[in-house]
Amino acid sequence: MSTLAPPRSMSAGEIVGMVLAAAFALLWIFIASKATDPGYVFHAWVFAAAGIATVFALGRRAVANAPAAPPQEIDGRPNYNMGPVRFATIAALLWGVAGFLVGFIIAAQLAWPILNLDLPWVQFGRLRPLHTSAVIFAFGGNVLIATALYVVQRTSRARLAGELAPWFVVLGYNLFIVIAGTGYLLGITQGREYAEPEWYADLWLTIVWVAFLLVFLGTLWKRKEPHIYVANWFYLAFILTIAVLHLGNNAAVPVSIFSPKSYSLWSGVQDAMFQWWYGHNAVGFFLTAGFLGIMYYFVPKRAERPVYSYRLSIIHFWALIFLYIWAGPHHLHYTALPDWAQTLGMTFSIMLWMPSWGGMINGLMTLSGAWDKLRTDPVLRMMVVSVAFYGMSTFEGPMMSIKAVNSLSHYTEWTVGHVHSGALGWVGFVSFGAIYCLVPWLWNKKGLYSLKLVNWHFWIATLGIVLYISAMWVAGIMEGLMWRAYNSLGFLEYSFIETVEAKYPFFVIRALGGLLFVVGALIMAYNVYMTIRAGEAAEPAPAAAPAAIAAE
Amino acid sequence: MTQTYALLAGIAQQFGVLFFMAIFLSIVAYALWPKNRARFDAAAEIPLKED
Repeated sequence: MSTLAPPRSMSAGEIVGMVLAAAFALLWIFIASKATDPGYVFHAWVFAAAGIATVFALGRRAVANAPAAPPQEIDGRPNYNMGPVRFATIAALLWGVAGFLVGFIIAAQLAWPILNLDLPWVQFGRLRPLHTSAVIFAFGGNVLIATALYVVQRTSRARLAGELAPWFVVLGYNLFIVIAGTGYLLGITQGREYAEPEWYADLWLTIVWVAFLLVFLGTLWKRKEPHIYVANWFYLAFILTIAVLHLGNNAAVPVSIFSPKSYSLWSGVQDAMFQWWYGHNAVGFFLTAGFLGIMYYFVPKRAERPVYSYRLSIIHFWALIFLYIWAGPHHLHYTALPDWAQTLGMTFSIMLWMPSWGGMINGLMTLSGAWDKLRTDPVLRMMVVSVAFYGMSTFEGPMMSIKAVNSLSHYTEWTVGHVHSGALGWVGFVSFGAIYCLVPWLWNKKGLYSLKLVNWHFWIATLGIVLYISAMWVAGIMEGLMWRAYNSLGFLEYSFIETVEAKYPFFVIRALGGLLFVVGALIMAYNVYMTIRAGEAAEPAPAAAPAAIAAE
Repeated sequence: MTQTYALLAGIAQQFGVLFFMAIFLSIVAYALWPKNRARFDAAAEIPLKED
């Protein structure tokens, strides 16, 4: 022990971080003492605990002599900061399994309502936003943060900007997830789809998101590679646009700092338009642009071929950016929204066909001359099938945005089927592919523990998706046709409950499809766990990453 | 009020369309310009380079 150096003095970042975290904890203890809503009091204590844990983690970091500023390069090679990436990858995996499982539970509740158990915390109305947020923001968000922080380092050939900031981003983001998810179960929601968290969670996410943007930009700023690779453009558009959408849609006035309740700044149809401007661009920039960033890095990397056409990727990017932002009104067809705005939304949605399919062609054609790899590499197959699903759901989406089609499809299960062909097929599979690529790279392993298990995951999940989306197509079109059926006297042919009853067999098939998807994810979790624990090490182990601060 | 609306709508509908189209077309021209080809081909190799 005597050889151990005395603790170094604390860095400026650590001191500022400790002061801010302590002030943050004090603020929330104060709020906890005055608030009356039990859910809000619970959240106040969670925030306070996170602040106190941060103070200790920063103190321990200095005492343990973790280097305050590790070298930017070692032997002329960039000293990448992969600790936060590893954390986000594991978080994505765990949240993914949890989110898919909650999806299966609510699918079963729809088929067998008794499963609501007559308890407020586990009834469909609260579990449904838990499911959507868990899969989109907890699973998808962690995949995006992990891959964005990985790709920006590798394609810039530079270490992440900041030492504490990247950890703040991944830990702060997951703290937001915990606050949001527990809030839904306790009944705290502002009732805006995909933007359910209340004002204080929104403010916290804003701070985390700005830090994310600064870390990303700072890394680009330090880059050794003169050109900014196209994947980074997609990631940057995702980060920037989500910030704007989040601020616009969550502009709200809290009742009091001691209350979780807030009121939107917008009213009436403008509020609805704000919500779906946000809602559709969450699809466009979170679930599309971000994951296209994954496609443009991981597909070429795995196929060991450059992207089919880099020039097409530039046009793809800008066309997508120019068009997506206008498509939101198609969620409000035949509502109080002015007719011209509905037509505008429909027109831009149809135009989106072009960049979407341009991107799909670019992703698929990257394999030209290497198609045989699909036979031998299930990871690549997973990503290629995801791009095919992207093409399919971006064909279906514009079609459903056409008013005449929408009059049949809107409010039916068809919409649910469409969303899941995009979410399970495109976002899910491209994320699984990225995680299967990332894990051996991040933990310095030769390869995955078992490609055979990847193959099982692929086929089980694919079967699950097919069952899911075909059941929802049939149920949706049937339901839409039943709603509009008139008898010879001009009365509606079916009562609402008859349409619900008719959907029962399809609800069961859908739940089965969802269950298969969960089983696939569990296989992946096992495979990743075994890869990290027992995988064969890759030959030269690069310089060890600096000790991670363990705090959450 | 109505005049402000008409003015803003006029700017958005006429100038806005031209402005965005001009930007977009220049991006397309930049992407397809024959001289830039070599640069973009080199950029496509970035993920495949090992450091």
